[in-house]
Amino acid sequence: EPVWKDATSLYAVSSIAWSVLLLPVTAAVFVLLSRFSLFHPIQWISECTSLLTASSSIFSLVVLCGVVLITGLFNLEFYTLVPSIPCSRMALLGTVLHPRQCVHSLVYCTMGMLVMWCASVTIGGRYSTLGIPCRQSESGEVVTCLNEYHLFLLLAGAFMGYSHSFLGVVQNMYYVSFQPIQQYKYPRFKGCLPMVVKCSVIQSLYSARNFAALYLFFGYAPKTWISSTLHLQIDSSLQPLDSLTGLLEFSLLYHLTISGTFLYFTWYLTVLLFRIYVTEAYSFPVQSTFTEDAEQCLPKVLAETNTLVMKFFALQDLALLSQHSLSRRLEVFSLSQPGGHPHNWNAISRECLSLLSELTQRLVAHQDAVASNGRVKSQSDIAETPRLGVPLRTPGSVFKSSVGGVHSALTAPFTPDVDSPFSSPAIRRLVGQQEPLSPWFGTVQSPHIMRRGPKLWSASTGETARLKLTFTLRLSHLVAASFSEDQFGVVQTTLPNILSCLVVLLEAVDRHFKLPHASSKPVRAVCRMGDSTYKTLRFALRAALKTAIYKITTTFGEHLNAVNISTEHRKRLQQFLEFKE
Amino acid sequence: MFPSPVHIYTDGSDAEDHVSSAFVIRHQKKRNIHHQTQLSLAANAIILAGVVCVWLQPCDLPSPQFTRDTLKGHSRPESSSRSAFLDQRDTLWMRSAGAWRDAGLYGLLDEITNSAEEVPRFLAVGSACVLALLRWASSFHGSLFPHLTLSSDEMVAEFSQMLDWSDSALRSFAWHPHTDKFAVALLDDSIRIYKSNSSATPTLKHRCQRSVCALQWKPLCGSALAVACQSCLLIWHVDPTSLSTRPSSGCAQVLSHPGHSPITSIAWSPTGSLLVSASPVDTGMMVWDVAAESAVPLQRVGGGGVTYLSWSPDGSRLLAATPSALFRVWETRMWTCERWPCLKGSCQSACWSPDGGCLLLSMQGERVIYALTFSDLTGGSKAASVVADLSETSFPGPDGDLTVGGEVCSLSWDPRGERLAVLLKGDSQAVNHPSVIAVFKTRSSPVFELLPCGFVMGEAGAEPRFMQFHPHFQHGALLTVCWSDGRISHVPFYFSSAGLLGGDSPQQALASNTADHSSNKLYTEQIS
Repeated sequence: EPVWKDATSLYAVSSIAWSVLLLPVTAAVFVLLSRFSLFHPIQWISECTSLLTASSSIFSLVVLCGVVLITGLFNLEFYTLVPSIPCSRMALLGTVLHPRQCVHSLVYCTMGMLVMWCASVTIGGRYSTLGIPCRQSESGEVVTCLNEYHLFLLLAGAFMGYSHSFLGVVQNMYYVSFQPIQQYKYPRFKGCLPMVVKCSVIQSLYSARNFAALYLFFGYAPKTWISSTLHLQIDSSLQPLDSLTGLLEFSLLYHLTISGTFLYFTWYLTVLLFRIYVTEAYSFPVQSTFTEDAEQCLPKVLAETNTLVMKFFALQDLALLSQHSLSRRLEVFSLSQPGGHPHNWNAISRECLSLLSELTQRLVAHQDAVASNGRVKSQSDIAETPRLGVPLRTPGSVFKSSVGGVHSALTAPFTPDVDSPFSSPAIRRLVGQQEPLSPWFGTVQSPHIMRRGPKLWSASTGETARLKLTFTLRLSHLVAASFSEDQFGVVQTTLPNILSCLVVLLEAVDRHFKLPHASSKPVRAVCRMGDSTYKTLRFALRAALKTAIYKITTTFGEHLNAVNISTEHRKRLQQFLEFKE
Repeated sequence: MFPSPVHIYTDGSDAEDHVSSAFVIRHQKKRNIHHQTQLSLAANAIILAGVVCVWLQPCDLPSPQFTRDTLKGHSRPESSSRSAFLDQRDTLWMRSAGAWRDAGLYGLLDEITNSAEEVPRFLAVGSACVLALLRWASSFHGSLFPHLTLSSDEMVAEFSQMLDWSDSALRSFAWHPHTDKFAVALLDDSIRIYKSNSSATPTLKHRCQRSVCALQWKPLCGSALAVACQSCLLIWHVDPTSLSTRPSSGCAQVLSHPGHSPITSIAWSPTGSLLVSASPVDTGMMVWDVAAESAVPLQRVGGGGVTYLSWSPDGSRLLAATPSALFRVWETRMWTCERWPCLKGSCQSACWSPDGGCLLLSMQGERVIYALTFSDLTGGSKAASVVADLSETSFPGPDGDLTVGGEVCSLSWDPRGERLAVLLKGDSQAVNHPSVIAVFKTRSSPVFELLPCGFVMGEAGAEPRFMQFHPHFQHGALLTVCWSDGRISHVPFYFSSAGLLGGDSPQQALASNTADHSSNKLYTEQIS
């Protein structure tokens, strides 16, 4: 069993463990803030300490731990290295109403209510229980009445849970992107913490506003329903909360916002820790003296792995070694013993080149499709272009044993099942299966398709490409380093191939930017937990591609004239040599 | 195109005499800055054989001149002149909204406090209290870090690498790393791009382009120019083949991050993939993925901000100076940093050796150059050592004695690592003590050597403000200097690399073509 499988699942488990360990700290901060009173500081502190040591709060903590565990498992199941980009509002609606997403929303609503129940118990006072004794006005006997404050917070929890789940889809919350720089886990966590706090406060304020408005208009319905099913009276002597005067109370809104912040912070922190652990760089050996370890060597992993996450790790490692590790580069350029074949370099360059040409083909196919009178014919062409040899599996499959082939039945429940109704169209597209009913396959004739040029591109071609390519283009660093480090001329043999591959891709990308709207920029998000870098994918790709070619041309300079490439490509490279690109 | 006449004082004595005084950076145990004078102008008494005044014409590089009169600086902020034109009887709401928009929370509180008769009493008193509290807090914070009390423009002037920034017609200057073109930022907030062999000078203007403090071209790219402005970071994409003289503002990407302005320093990674920006008010520096327009903040406590960034040419390290007596050196693999506290003063300027193994630093108010060495094997030096003492020394000049020496304002090392230019601040009160650029010969192997070579001075009344070596001059080193009279001139140093000694070289031929044939002494190193 390769080491990295254990390692990756271990990462996931340790991220959940850290989230659970951090929970008491955030809970303590929440207690301090929720009971804050400016004029009685000593009473405030003593109350908080007694509450924190009470047995009831231990129970709340256990409930919260359960919530964090479930959040962590959901992260593990839903996370993706490929952003799903709904191409229209209808597609977005389809994603949101998808059964899989509905289950997700339901679970998050429940978790939101649980957290809010804990919060209301912690805040205490008028929030603590659902039923309170009250005196009926006409008869004067004591009956149990509905405590609207408690209900208000519980409903707010459900609302926030749903909006978290909804925004998770809209903002691609589960999209895990690799950072442009490498950092150790602790500094990265420390650096991201202020952002998480800020995001949770802002999100909580938005949710509180929206929920208050919702409750003002529709609060009557759940109130009467609960009171009738549980046979609770409604205390008419109290101000009802579904009125303006009832809602606009400072302490109520403060408690709502604070509890909401706590709720979001718990969830965001789990997501953050998960992202940090999952994107941590993994270092593969370039070659091994023992045959049993050969499976884990970089060229092997790069060429033969079919799990997406491992491919990413391998490419990331390749990018790192190309820039930072001389000794490992020398291993890449070395010859095999015995035999004297450059197996390492061949495997690596072959894989990188196939990734590059794959994207070129897809770009060209897309341009042809768009060029033919705005008629996107047969997207399945694109889907069928050689992508990866076997269907891609989402990272979840890494955590399951992959014994018994690649089909998804074995990888359930972590992998979304392609054949089940629980899989989204995005996943199907990712797996490369045809879906005849989907508008994305088969002939679509639509004037709208032209308007969605960039989206179309990113949806049909860019998804998997971005990170892979920005990593792959670091190949140029390897090539450049070979100028001084490659003793056996290993790289020289593939140089014409690499150069022409890069130039062809550049031409395809250039043509793509001539399509309508392809060069329009998306609006930048202000403060979001979700990662929106995929929206600028094509710009990043073009910049990285040009830098890669420049890296090679500046290193080799006039020596490039001796390389055997076609005249057109040479012309283009001459432009680079003169810095006219 | 004739550049300005430049006076060069050369060292007439044989340079080889000084080899014996080569010095080695010693490894110290303690990690602070040591005073250990290794070289001083006085000790190595340079004998000035004579003064050479020549017309230089290194090649057809443009050397434009800008005067303050022809450039109009940007006007004051709108709010200061608004009261003269606007009707003052706006409602309180309107004025409060305006104050909030113009000056944020401070402005709003100020406005409410000032119109006490129109608002309820508790509101006026409350806002006055909050305002007082805020002012107290900020003055407390300011007392820890005095630079925070400066206004945005003052801060840029304080931390810009261009000396006397606010008074200068030239705001910033940058050579392109691969081609013969340079960008100049001017007083009127425009940027001009000059190319050799081309009369077209594109002018870049943008609404956000205010108080330009630094410019840098993206390496491994023909077109991208990063501009550090008062409120944001601009990335211009100037098509090198285009003939347009006014690229539209659509060619510029605006990158900004709340709380990260004014930006006083930027640095591209040598591979062109990342851009780092720094602001004296933000303790974190931003690492930008420019194409994706996303930033990763790298925060460290202490220092109160980051003022100056310099990426080592091999890309493995990044210097980040703070306004306090502290600087950091980041390694760029895992982005961890070494903290280097100084005894006094902040780091003013720094430059890396071409191999990234040695860092020369100058501290504010000090007249010495420090050196730090870095090595992946041994970990490098534990303390900075003083490699040169540049205190005042007098030399016989053309018009009587000339005093040279003073605070080290700026350092620049040529890309081959053979010439080091040091900008020494003069004393404007004293006669015959101008700011000069001292040039040293350097050698890093087998031991680090620093040999006095000569001085570069401007015309009468013109003082050097900024200097940068041409990144790929074929025949030696070419120093470009921005002068206080708005002139940009190029000072070539023709030599052949230490490794390529001997033989007749094309430099000689080129030298004899220059305007003044009697000025062979200009070529500061006669090829032995």
